[in-house]
Amino acid sequence: MKTILRLVICALFLWASPINCQSKMVSIKGSTYTPLYGRDSLQVNVTNFLMDVYPVTNQEYLQFVKKNPRWKKSKIIRLFADESYLIKWKSDTVIHTNEELKSPVTNISWFAAKAYCKQQGKRLPTIDEWEYVAMANKTLPDARRLTSYNEYILSWYEQPKTFKKMIGSTFKNYWGVYDLHGLVWEWTSDFNSVLVSGESRKDVDNDSNLFCGSAAIGATDLMNYAAFMRYAIRGSVKAKYTLKNLGFRCVKDN
Amino acid sequence: MKFIKHLIILVIAVTSFVSCGDTSSKNKQQETAAFYCPMKCEGEKTYPKKGSCPICKMDLIPVKSATSKILADAAISETSIFNLTSTWNTEEGKSIQLEALKGKTLVMVMIYTTCQSACPRLVADMRSIEAKIPKNISDKITYVMISIDPETDTPKRLKEFAIENYMDGEQWTFLQGTNSSVREFANVLAVKYKQISPLDFSHSNIISVFNPKGELVHQQEGLGVDNKETIANIIKTSK
Repeated sequence: MKTILRLVICALFLWASPINCQSKMVSIKGSTYTPLYGRDSLQVNVTNFLMDVYPVTNQEYLQFVKKNPRWKKSKIIRLFADESYLIKWKSDTVIHTNEELKSPVTNISWFAAKAYCKQQGKRLPTIDEWEYVAMANKTLPDARRLTSYNEYILSWYEQPKTFKKMIGSTFKNYWGVYDLHGLVWEWTSDFNSVLVSGESRKDVDNDSNLFCGSAAIGATDLMNYAAFMRYAIRGSVKAKYTLKNLGFRCVKDN
Repeated sequence: MKFIKHLIILVIAVTSFVSCGDTSSKNKQQETAAFYCPMKCEGEKTYPKKGSCPICKMDLIPVKSATSKILADAAISETSIFNLTSTWNTEEGKSIQLEALKGKTLVMVMIYTTCQSACPRLVADMRSIEAKIPKNISDKITYVMISIDPETDTPKRLKEFAIENYMDGEQWTFLQGTNSSVREFANVLAVKYKQISPLDFSHSNIISVFNPKGELVHQQEGLGVDNKETIANIIKTSK
């Protein structure tokens, strides 16, 4: 009887261990909120979902490329990532000695981030989902009106090389999510819905509120300069770009 | 001991199976050089030997050397859109991967059929390009319209749109994807779009030209712009 019990425990342990390998997620309760830009700057509905507590790390991404060789540094095709893809890695499976395994993986393209999440049975968050969780501070789900909230993010923008920090080194927010502000920018699934690039001036119809100059006036929350920067970067990158301060995390439908 | 034996057998079985797969795929590539019926009695079907069509008895014509050369050259380059493996529905109700469009110059644009302002002009731009292409190379080009509203633009709706806009010819293809595949494809074209209301989108107006291998050769940005350069590029890649 004892042996059976032991076997069961052992089996349970073995079964549970791959689940532990998956990064931790917390559930986010959906609601409506007013984004900086939504559909005509109206209220946006966010439904319940699960979000990774931390950004994806070098270590986690290393495991991914070992299992999925087509995303290795040497194998990646130019359609899916530019030349600086994983540039801080020494080789396909070794990171540089001055890099940390527990730091967020950066120099990642949108295609690579999307493939990683898909492989985990997850997906990239939408802009609305990401922004919804990111407007929380330690105690409030929406802290955007607080000066301290905005100052924190802006002071991060002033610090150099925060992408070298380890995950979990910033604050735990209202939802239990870390590092949305303070380490790296993060990819979103529909980042290319932000039309604040040069081309929005000449050939995008029906979108005068996103023209460069008038965009600031059209924005719903003039205080939210920090969010404005995020939308600006989303509007300026292409999916195959890889930046040293741009990482990602995944979400999952609840 | 028995375990090791089993393991060895397994390894042998697996490796032999893999090598089998390799040779069969090579054979497939060689078979693609073929003949077709000029009346297309059996649709796009090709025949491995010279002779006459089993249905209309007309002489079979070899598949054009240019096309078969590309077919033989199965390796897809790193920047080719044929690396995308998503599945799309055409306005004819067929389900295809982008690779099915290989072998012809592709002129692509992203639109949606409920569009009131820019799309009719984009569609007009596409028709104007098509009208200016010399007849002798017109069969080497496919014009592809990809819907950014896959929920509304079903194959049926796309077919209706094609007929309404006199774009029902063989050279026109309309594609319905999924929210995720359309987003991905837009990213390949560097097209940006956003849903404003259920039937209305903002989007960049870009017409993209791909060579028969699926590599981007030219992009025309804007509405009603001079399309001389675009046409020159289409002609160049179709020769």
